Amino acid sequence: MNTQVTLCGIPLSNPVIPASGTFGFGAEFAQLYDINCLGTFSFKGTTREPRFGNPTPRIAEIPGGMLNAVGLQNPGIDHVISQELPRMKEYFRKPVMANVSGFSIEDYVEVCRKLDDQDQVGWLEVNISCPNVHGGGMSFGTDPKSAASVTRAVKEVTSKPVIVKLTPNVTDIAAMAKACEDAGADGISLINTVLGMRLDLNRRKPLLANTTGGMSGPALFPLAVRMVYQVYEAVSIPIVGMGGVSSARDVVELMMAGATAVEVGAANLVNPYASKEIVEQLPQVMEQYHIETLTEIIGGAHHG
Amino acid sequence: MKQGIFTIVEVVSLTSNVFKMVLQGDTSAITAPGQFVEIRIPGLFLRRPISVCDVSPKDLTLIFKVVGEGTKVMACLRPGTELDLLTGLGNGYDLSLSGESPLLLGGGVGVPPMYALCKALLAQGKKPSVILGFNTRDEIFYEEDFRSLGVPVTVTTVDGSYGTKGFVTDAMDLPYTYFYTCGPLPMLRAIKNAAATSGQLSLEERMGCGFGACMGCSIQTANGPRRVCKDGPVFHKEEVLL
Repeated sequence: MNTQVTLCGIPLSNPVIPASGTFGFGAEFAQLYDINCLGTFSFKGTTREPRFGNPTPRIAEIPGGMLNAVGLQNPGIDHVISQELPRMKEYFRKPVMANVSGFSIEDYVEVCRKLDDQDQVGWLEVNISCPNVHGGGMSFGTDPKSAASVTRAVKEVTSKPVIVKLTPNVTDIAAMAKACEDAGADGISLINTVLGMRLDLNRRKPLLANTTGGMSGPALFPLAVRMVYQVYEAVSIPIVGMGGVSSARDVVELMMAGATAVEVGAANLVNPYASKEIVEQLPQVMEQYHIETLTEIIGGAHHG
Repeated sequence: MKQGIFTIVEVVSLTSNVFKMVLQGDTSAITAPGQFVEIRIPGLFLRRPISVCDVSPKDLTLIFKVVGEGTKVMACLRPGTELDLLTGLGNGYDLSLSGESPLLLGGGVGVPPMYALCKALLAQGKKPSVILGFNTRDEIFYEEDFRSLGVPVTVTTVDGSYGTKGFVTDAMDLPYTYFYTCGPLPMLRAIKNAAATSGQLSLEERMGCGFGACMGCSIQTANGPRRVCKDGPVFHKEEVLL
């Protein structure tokens, strides 16, 4: 059985990728298991300057998942390059996916330019879809023209594959993906979290200090399948699917919908071994559905 | 940190909404008083963080107050139920700074971690004193358990229905070499200002993962951003900005 896939020209031993924001820079998980068993992982969304993020509470429960409004807390690109990447070398030998965020096109360009020199980085996952920051993030991901502008600007300063991470908080996800492809994107990843909100009935106030937050977890999986399916019909570049994935079965389903690789997010937070267990389950699930080679099922639901 | 399956041995109510749960399982990852566990609760997505009240090599005691969905389900669980726990989370209290006669202050559901701490300090030959703060007589729990350890215990109630009337800070006029505390934020703030010595405070925050991955529980400190779950929950008095 063959679990190998190729994402934008770089081979992955399997398509399982812990999603940005749920895996830090990998260190906490490397203490629990050898994270080289993963296809790769997408590290914590990194911005030009260090960010503390939003006030707490940042987290709340929802049926079938969670809400978060962390707000892109990260130590900034210079610290990531000088501290996190050298440290990561000690426990992760594969190319890593760098998740990049920003508040202006110049921010994205600056961070991507700095990452272009980093040999450890395989792909740039450009997040134009964070719902928890204001005046940037998701505002680039809800307008096809803005999404195209960010993509074009970033492509000019890097030779690494650029995967644009999209928000589901749009009317026409296919149009967003197409705009990024036309602007030169090498891949599309989706879905980021869905904008949501809960109230504290005792205080009669929003539960989260940020008022709104991003929903994630298994409740979102059908939305992810639908959007990956739609984007596959609209573009010919590879898709990294995510949204509520919690089993190897879910990985196979998203791949049949059109994903070349699959990210695992919230599941890592409730079960720190989730991504490892999904990698281990894959051969068994492949056998169950008579799959010899994983690449053969990509977009399989669209054919025939 | 260790993930493991624990079996509930008993669940008993200590007050109208505070419960004690004893669980059997491998506690080897728990290395310091003040650490916490994350419990996967049937039917809910996120784990719930609960501080450890007492621990032996084969079981642990948790005390929790019913405040929401998660703790409500926990209070209804029966002996024999198996639960998935992450154990040994957080830094816990540093006992090396206690001096000869440290003061332990617990407020409400901040009382439980003081119990394991008190036992650990006694085992090192220290002479801790304990102040337990509650709102009213009906909310008091674990007073006798602390007295059984043979340490001086003062109980305060805000309404004066039992013990010393007022807050834990109203009973701090005794000699001590260091302080350790856990309780609601206003209490921690008052202790930080009133304390004559240095000390350590345990903070509470809504958490995502509980092991440092998600940045869901970050706070600003004098030393920059810190994760309550991983860098804490215990912080030095000089570090916290309350």
